Amino acid sequence: MPPIARHALLLGPLLGLLALAYLIPFLGVMRWSVTLPEPGLGQYRTALTDPLVLSVLWRTLRICVIVTLISVVAAYLLALVWVRGGPWTQRLVELCILIPFWISVLTRAFGWLALLSNRGLVNSWLIALGVLDEPLTLVRNEFGVILGMVHLLIPFAVFPLATAIRAVDERVLLAARGMGASRARIFWQVFLPMTRPGILGAALLVFVFALGFFITPAILGGGRSVMAAELVYLRIFQSPDWGLGAAVSVILMAGVGLLLAATLRIVRGGAGR
Amino acid sequence: MTRLRPGPLALTLAALVAVFLLMPLVAVIPVSFTPTRFLSVPSGEWSLRHYRALVENPAWGQGLWLSVRIGLVASVVATTLATAFSLGLWMLRPRLAGVLMGLALVPMVAPPVVSALTLYFFLITLSQWNDVIAYDRWGGVALAHAIMVAPFAVVLVSVALAQLDRRIDLAARSMGAGLGTRIFRVVLPNIRFSVLTALFLTFVLSWEEIGVTLFITSVQAVTLPRLMWMGLRDNIDPAIAAISVVLIALVVLVLIGRSVWQLRRRGEAR
Repeated sequence: MPPIARHALLLGPLLGLLALAYLIPFLGVMRWSVTLPEPGLGQYRTALTDPLVLSVLWRTLRICVIVTLISVVAAYLLALVWVRGGPWTQRLVELCILIPFWISVLTRAFGWLALLSNRGLVNSWLIALGVLDEPLTLVRNEFGVILGMVHLLIPFAVFPLATAIRAVDERVLLAARGMGASRARIFWQVFLPMTRPGILGAALLVFVFALGFFITPAILGGGRSVMAAELVYLRIFQSPDWGLGAAVSVILMAGVGLLLAATLRIVRGGAGR
Repeated sequence: MTRLRPGPLALTLAALVAVFLLMPLVAVIPVSFTPTRFLSVPSGEWSLRHYRALVENPAWGQGLWLSVRIGLVASVVATTLATAFSLGLWMLRPRLAGVLMGLALVPMVAPPVVSALTLYFFLITLSQWNDVIAYDRWGGVALAHAIMVAPFAVVLVSVALAQLDRRIDLAARSMGAGLGTRIFRVVLPNIRFSVLTALFLTFVLSWEEIGVTLFITSVQAVTLPRLMWMGLRDNIDPAIAAISVVLIALVVLVLIGRSVWQLRRRGEAR
């Protein structure tokens, strides 16, 4: 078989399908963004000047930063105990990470509704105990969106952090202890700095993922705290403005592309040093 | 050598994070037994009506069956194409392998909503010419899912190949084995476990896919997640709690079973 035929046979089907069903249609979406309703860059101008769209983009960035910070700190604690705990602790932590990981976004969003909505567990208990007279609004707002997103993203952050923590050389820690450093000092001045590349990697990964979320914000935000990805859905299906939806998609794709390029650069730079 | 174990403070904080992770999954259980038609916590009276609704309302059975069918087709198509692609990169070592790999992973790293809009564009365009692989048809959903989950299979199979000793393939080749023999008799038997894992993972991912499904279906191809979405948006249907409990129980059983099996195997190895 000539080499060309082998390449075509093995690499061709997947790349061909992706080109036909993904790359070319994405060009179509880009065309929508500059032709609907009229040719020109009007939709991009709207996206970057219209107060409503701007407020959505701004909220998206703000929520993603908050969610990234909380997720990485929480995941770091979990990864630390997972990698360095005793065998039984390790098993338990593993289950706590894997069980939510395999359960769908919808079930998990519903779990938060069951817990936090007006007739949910928390409010029912607080009212039954006499702490509250009126239910607290805990979901269908930004608070609910942040909780739900953190819940989804912690498992993703745990894996890169665990890799970084596993790579820490035990002898360095013992050396620090041998020279009389306290446990706290060993952690803050030796251990944490050694895991910094993992922290950065986990933060970027979580941030990039968070940018594209729309199911969780749509359910837990209840339409009051719309994020960029949900705006696309609304502009395509609810109050149609396909051009704007397409333009926001292209902006999101560009943002994620830039962030990934930056991540690759950092990873490669780190490896080269 | 003694290892520094995490201190009590770290253990306590990590336990709080673990509780946070499991809390919403546990909260679903009491709500699923509510006797009312809206989301509430049962007080006194517990009822199985929402579990009965899962069996009695044919929509749930249809959604389930549709999701299984789409998941099977999508996972077989995705794993086959992804395995061929990974084998191609590994055996032929083409120029620009890094770029090709990057291209193959695009649907995984792109924001889901962008993939959703892109596949929506693709399927409504196809709808003009055919009625099978089209918008709101199960064939169209299966193809879209296959595209979305294929990158995960590419990653799994490529990692397995990277750990495989290249010399076994070179040996087969030097003894005159053709491409087919090398693939089916030499390489694939060595990575079959990873290929099966890819098949399983892609099935699960398609089974629970909602982001893209929301864009490319409306009333005909209502998968299980799509049905759950409809019960979650405005007035929350407690039947969602019942189906959630079933799905969570399934995952917990499989994972605990796997954990016990691993512990036991390790015990035997000792």
